[in-house]
Amino acid sequence: MAERRLHRTWIAVRPRRVPFSFKLDRRVPLMAALLLFFTFIVLIMSINHGAYHMTPLDVVQTLTGTLPADHPDYRNFVLVVHTFRLPRILVAFLVGAALAVSGAIMQAITRNPLAEPGILGVTAGAGLAAVILIVWLHEVSLTILPLVAFVGAILTAAVVYFLAWKQGSASPVRLILIGVAIASILGSITTFSLVFGQINDVQQAYVWLTGSVYGRNWDHVRALVLWMSVLMPLAFFGARSLNALNLGDEIATGFGVRVERQRALLLVISVGLTAAAVTVAGTIGFVGLIAPHITRRLVGPAHEGMLPITALVGGALLVLADLIGRWVIAPSELPIGIITALIGAPYFLFLLVRYRK
Amino acid sequence: MSTRVKHFSSNRTRILSSRALLLPGLFIALILLMACLLWSITLGAADITPQVVYDSLFHFDETIFDHLIIQTVRLPRVLAGVIVGAALAVAGAIMQGLTRNPLADSGILGINAGAAFAVVLVAYLLGSASLTAYSVAALIGAGLAAGFVYGIGAISGGASPLRLTLAGVILTAFVSSLTTAILIQDQETLERIRFWTAGALAGRDFAIIAQTAPLIAVGMVGAMLISRQITTISLGEDVAKGLGQNTLMIKITAGVLVVLLSGGAVALAGPIGFVGLVIPHIARFFVGVDYRWVIPYSAVIGAILVTLADMAARIALRPLEVPVGVMMALVGAPFFIYLARWKVKR
Repeated sequence: MAERRLHRTWIAVRPRRVPFSFKLDRRVPLMAALLLFFTFIVLIMSINHGAYHMTPLDVVQTLTGTLPADHPDYRNFVLVVHTFRLPRILVAFLVGAALAVSGAIMQAITRNPLAEPGILGVTAGAGLAAVILIVWLHEVSLTILPLVAFVGAILTAAVVYFLAWKQGSASPVRLILIGVAIASILGSITTFSLVFGQINDVQQAYVWLTGSVYGRNWDHVRALVLWMSVLMPLAFFGARSLNALNLGDEIATGFGVRVERQRALLLVISVGLTAAAVTVAGTIGFVGLIAPHITRRLVGPAHEGMLPITALVGGALLVLADLIGRWVIAPSELPIGIITALIGAPYFLFLLVRYRK
Repeated sequence: MSTRVKHFSSNRTRILSSRALLLPGLFIALILLMACLLWSITLGAADITPQVVYDSLFHFDETIFDHLIIQTVRLPRVLAGVIVGAALAVAGAIMQGLTRNPLADSGILGINAGAAFAVVLVAYLLGSASLTAYSVAALIGAGLAAGFVYGIGAISGGASPLRLTLAGVILTAFVSSLTTAILIQDQETLERIRFWTAGALAGRDFAIIAQTAPLIAVGMVGAMLISRQITTISLGEDVAKGLGQNTLMIKITAGVLVVLLSGGAVALAGPIGFVGLVIPHIARFFVGVDYRWVIPYSAVIGAILVTLADMAARIALRPLEVPVGVMMALVGAPFFIYLARWKVKR
């Protein structure tokens, strides 16, 4: 009986020609479909929301290109949907997906359910670089800012990894603690910059620091897609190592995983995803922390199925958060990072109560 | 989570090996503090000699400009530094003893961030509120944050350094995004409060000192009163229970004291991190694990460190003044890294 149940919970995927196979939790396809459907609904609602009035049907027609060309508002609809609303919503979705996958990897590597993607100081590094640019150099163009922030993020992660390295190993505990320390140094330099900057620059920097998808365009979508199309498949191929690392270094070694190498590789993937996300949208918190937990409740902990689903969960969460942020104090809007903190913190409390030992 | 702490509360070697040396040691530390204070007062845009400082303290003459500078600007500032340093260091010592966690610090655990948020909230809601309102807000904020972090400790049963640190990180992330939510809506509050959010001693006057000093004084006295019990708990909760101690009661009392101390310190100088982390380690290095001595030593050394940090902050980027909170992070974070690398055994 037990054997039969075990048998039935998994779908094995074995392509004939490719020397690669994996198995998925049986709930994965259904969940994927449900999440995609949910995301689509929120997407339509989100595009539909705004100062310029449209009906949901108009939105769908504009999106699918079936809007009759002689429609009186044809040009306006296309402009509003394709230039203003769609890119920022796509950015929200992609950033959510990247942060969620990054968080899932981080939680597995550190074997700690409270780890989040920024734990290696990535977001603090990006934040400091961005603030220096905005406050000291008065440079806020959305093309240069991401580049500088990206460099800041990667450098910080490298320093943390280097400092955590001891006797041939970068232990997860040291990674986390040193990440926190480095983040607090960078954070205090950030604060220092914010204290002495011009007040308008400072306010702008604050918006960036909380995370915002305001005014993001197709260039940002392209940049994200580019990064993620490389890193996401790599993350997926690392799923089996993640499953092993999640059980501890000794057991993973016993499985034949080259622990340090795999860990370093997966860290690079995770850091890359987070860096790509924060450089485009600023430091959005809590998505990478809670999306993996939600996902584990939906499809279980095996990373082959969990990583794709958590990407969908993270994306859906951010699209929803963006909609809420534009809706609560319309016509003004709250940065998306504040909404995620407001949703994420209570869920985090719930997690703490659930995960007590 | 097998995070163990190496030799953290074992009775290891200490510098002041004989009990007879403990009291004289404390006096020497106090004299050092006095010297630092004097030095700090002489330092600034106007050159003031120690002789003038002495005169202004004991033969005050309001027609002499330097005397006025000392009495209204420099003296309150160094006093604020002493109070804040002592309060944060003692709060850190209590937390480290209580949670048996070498990384405990009101900054890292998010308590300072909680207090800071409460102050920003009050500044936003009430406009330019009274000093009392700020102090009360800081206390409530610190209290809620401390309650939250303690709650995590209680819920997860035996809070490991790692778990508490992460909980503090997440709490800080949450609270500071709320703080940001306010500051990006309201430029006026931002302008008024931003220097304060970095943790600074500049422009503190006797009014705000008088407002917060009583809270901190109560916290200090309380800390001394329960120092024996803290020593026992720091040896292990089982040991403490075995010795017939009501550990829950002690923990609650200690929690209240931490809130008084760190809340008062934040109300006075804004969120300053790492004092509570670094100082108790230095104090234990000198006096061992007896908290009857760790606490007074922490207070004095904490005062010295913040005074020195404040002096460095004034000199480093003249004429720009670095907030002392930033200075402390630059000193304290490397120390934290040192602890994480060598004192926390995975």
